[in-house]
Amino acid sequence: MRDAFVSTASAALDADPRIAVVLADISADRFAAAAARYPERVINVGIREQLMAGVAGGMALAGMRPVVHTIAPFLVERPFEQLKLDLGHQDTGAVLVSVGASYDYAAGGRTHMAPGDVALFDTLPGWTVHVPGHADEVTRLLRTSLAGDDRVYLRLSERGNAAARPAEGGLVVVRSGSARSAGVVVAVGPMLDRALAATDGLDVTVAYTPTVRPFDRAGLNRIVAAAGQADVLLVEPYLEGTSAHEAAVALGDRRHRQRSLGVSRVAEVRGYGSAADHDRAHGLDTEGIAKAARDFFLT
Amino acid sequence: MSGTAFSRYADLPALVGLLTGDEKHQAAAESTLDVLWVLYDRILNVTPETADTPDRDRFLLSKGHGPAAYYAVLAAKGFLGVSALRTWGTFDSPLGHHPDRVLVPGVEIGSGSLGHGLGLALGTALALRAQGRTGARVVALVGDAELDEGSNHEAIAAAGRFGIDGLTVVAIDNQSASLGWPGGIGERFAVEGWTTRSADARDHEALYAALTDAHPGRPLAVTARVQY
Repeated sequence: MRDAFVSTASAALDADPRIAVVLADISADRFAAAAARYPERVINVGIREQLMAGVAGGMALAGMRPVVHTIAPFLVERPFEQLKLDLGHQDTGAVLVSVGASYDYAAGGRTHMAPGDVALFDTLPGWTVHVPGHADEVTRLLRTSLAGDDRVYLRLSERGNAAARPAEGGLVVVRSGSARSAGVVVAVGPMLDRALAATDGLDVTVAYTPTVRPFDRAGLNRIVAAAGQADVLLVEPYLEGTSAHEAAVALGDRRHRQRSLGVSRVAEVRGYGSAADHDRAHGLDTEGIAKAARDFFLT
Repeated sequence: MSGTAFSRYADLPALVGLLTGDEKHQAAAESTLDVLWVLYDRILNVTPETADTPDRDRFLLSKGHGPAAYYAVLAAKGFLGVSALRTWGTFDSPLGHHPDRVLVPGVEIGSGSLGHGLGLALGTALALRAQGRTGARVVALVGDAELDEGSNHEAIAAAGRFGIDGLTVVAIDNQSASLGWPGGIGERFAVEGWTTRSADARDHEALYAALTDAHPGRPLAVTARVQY
């Protein structure tokens, strides 16, 4: 996904003089060729994340389209007030592109994990949040984002699904349950393949989206209306329950049940290892999702 | 209100008085009043008619606090109607206790949370350079206490290394930083490669000279010293 980001952003620098890339050392090596071509539009401010966001805000005020990039905790959490004020409050836009997702760099420990990033954007108005599940989705979503002038967060992961899906801003049904199905699984971004495998033996509809904000409320309502039960299992790769309030609003016109899977809010998982180890710890591996799905849909 | 009414330096105390309800004392205590006047009267190439043109000069009030002098100068220069000053702080007023760029014509940034203006100013100056708008100037005003915020020091270091001569900082020094700045504010900029000047914050000619001094290849930091 990071390669797709770098090549798409580099091509955008060639094609559109509004585009600028603002870095804080991370991935600067990957943009070295672009920086040599456009030294005034590829800006590496060093390890200064507050400034990275502030510079992006200033460039946007002057009519440019900044792309801002580093590892998720340093892009979203460290300079969070700069995102709130230097972009949101100034009523300007930028395309923020993180890498590392919730715990791709698990061996780096808690300092390099950001399961709360999408929940943080929920505290700010006007942000579009994309969580692509495949490199081809990165390219498509980034191109669309670069052409606009709004505030976009693109959350890249080193993990994803075997195939890209043709989702454009809303939920798409990947596997349909019967008219008497037990309900609907909503899989976000990299969770799709695991959600499909985990619910293989269940009569449920599996819907997918790489775009969680704005959330496709109408789409969820429609998909749930076609299912046998108004029961929704959200499977998200970040903090559990991040989209629970969206599902609640989407289904406010009917009695329903919902359950959220994601990174646990209960305690800090103080372990290193691999992302797969953390999936197991949070019940986000295929076995964990399968157990939760059976518990939820079959009771 | 436009034309000659309330458009002179001598009118500023009355304009500040409309905001504060205290014509006699508050105006004199506004540490930024003279700096703002010199900037808008003699230096910045921006008018209400050119407030949205890409080549305009930009002024960014970083500290955002005590904006009465700022609003008064904007009113004197025709960016704001004088009548708006009387509404200061009410729900429907464009004028809050910290300015909002979306609500006030001519205001370049919404500010109030300290330490945001320098990064925005550097980004704006970088964008103007990338666009080839080398004639446009970006001036940010900070306070000496505001420099406590670490975000400023990220911007000071990077702007110096990049040699962004389109950027000017005016640091109002009224000795209000709790832990002080031993050696002076200017040292923080000089060591990072800025051209530095100093002037009495009430001395219009000295401010003008400092703000218009040539500084090719370097950003300019002017310390405006306030003595009570």
